[in-house]
Amino acid sequence: MPHYASPATPTRTGEVADTLRLLAYLVLALVLIVLDHRGGWLNRARQQADVLVQPLWMVAGWPGRMAEKLYDDAGTLSQLTAENERLRNEMLVSNARLARLRTVAADNARLRGLLGAAERGGLDVQLAPILDIDLDLTRQRLVLDAGSADGVRVGQSVIDAGGLLGQVIDTTPMHASVLLLTDASHAVPVAVTRNGVRLVAYGTGSSDRLRLASIPLSSDVKVGDLLVTSGLGARFPAGFLVGTVAALRPDDSRAFLLGDVRPAAQLDRGRDVLLLRTAPAAPGTGDRGPASAASEPEAAQTDPSVEPGAAGTGSSRVPGPRSPVPDGGATPIPTGETP
Amino acid sequence: MSRQRHPWVLPLSVLVALLLGLLPLPPLLQPVRPYWLALVIAYWVIESPDRVGLGVAFVVGLIADLTFGSLLGEQALRLVVMTFILQRFRARLRFFPLSQQAIAIGALLLNDRIVTGAIHLILGIQTLPLAFWLAPLLGMLLWPMVYLLLDALRLGNWRKR
Repeated sequence: MPHYASPATPTRTGEVADTLRLLAYLVLALVLIVLDHRGGWLNRARQQADVLVQPLWMVAGWPGRMAEKLYDDAGTLSQLTAENERLRNEMLVSNARLARLRTVAADNARLRGLLGAAERGGLDVQLAPILDIDLDLTRQRLVLDAGSADGVRVGQSVIDAGGLLGQVIDTTPMHASVLLLTDASHAVPVAVTRNGVRLVAYGTGSSDRLRLASIPLSSDVKVGDLLVTSGLGARFPAGFLVGTVAALRPDDSRAFLLGDVRPAAQLDRGRDVLLLRTAPAAPGTGDRGPASAASEPEAAQTDPSVEPGAAGTGSSRVPGPRSPVPDGGATPIPTGETP
Repeated sequence: MSRQRHPWVLPLSVLVALLLGLLPLPPLLQPVRPYWLALVIAYWVIESPDRVGLGVAFVVGLIADLTFGSLLGEQALRLVVMTFILQRFRARLRFFPLSQQAIAIGALLLNDRIVTGAIHLILGIQTLPLAFWLAPLLGMLLWPMVYLLLDALRLGNWRKR
């Protein structure tokens, strides 16, 4: 019996050596924690190392995928008929709404043409399935079952049917990590739809609440107001629904208001998300005068075609929320590339 | 001397613990998800101290950090702290009956929660809700099962002979 028990009274030197080793590891771990918390060069090393754990994620995602498959296969005829009917009705309503939107969009495009301001073309989106695994719960993350091999890039905005979900922060060939709006380290510039008041919505770490800080008392924000992305900062495209103001209360200084926002997107489990393919427009798009209209880059108008590697992920063109529909007789955007 | 008849049990058990940590749970059960990795590492520290020490705990912790997307070094720190305490009390723990061992492991897991809470508090990261303090309790209840299972896997052939 080799290691039956360590000696009853460990030697002094052994104990000291053990403690020193413990201290060394503790210091190393703390240095890593602080470096990772600060961000910086460690991020790059981390991204490289992330590739190593991809197989683990893939295996861990199997049960979720199995459950989905089982659910799909086990649907009875009556269930499927009911679901089909519901979806058909929804599509009818959506189509009617879309038709109205199209005329509005065409109007919008005409008016913008009169103003000489150019706007981006239709938004290009890519459907990506969510990999159903649980990551660290203190950080609001989501793993997508599509990666750089499918054309996912860092910085892409992620939306679902409800509204903005977050942004891609990390890609590996097979997977991509999405930082959700509600992560405590996330902030998104928003505007109130009713009056255009610009605010910043911060994540809180809980998946059903965003926080508005330092709202001036004089600004006209009410409970129930809809918030959309304002497009400032050029990280998110403008006009996507973020949430509704659920509560307002004065902060400690009584000079500002604090607000709670209920996110519009379904942040707990969905099955698929949409990735915006078009890069966010340069800041100030649409508010520029006629002089700079010609310099609007053509890149946004020509959609990147479906990447050949995008197998398994659908790709489609939908009209952007504030953009002319391509076939609506929109004024052609000048192609000149003057800097 | 033939105690390590199955050297593959150690990496396999760590892998399974990582997978169990990633497994999607309904939101209601998420707070009580036991820290599988700690249970597995604790077993190896108690039973096979020359293979699993501070170094292995640290490396496994780093892998876990990458896997779960937590702060790099956080779980490494937690596992190293746990391993060190276990090494100190290993001589006594080995001869405890399983029920007493489970209580000791429960206390270690509770200590682990405190360490995590302290790290998060210092860095100003959001701390987990109170329900998460129930997880050590479940870990404690699961300890005998993990212990017996790993024992059977590691020593299965040896006992039959």
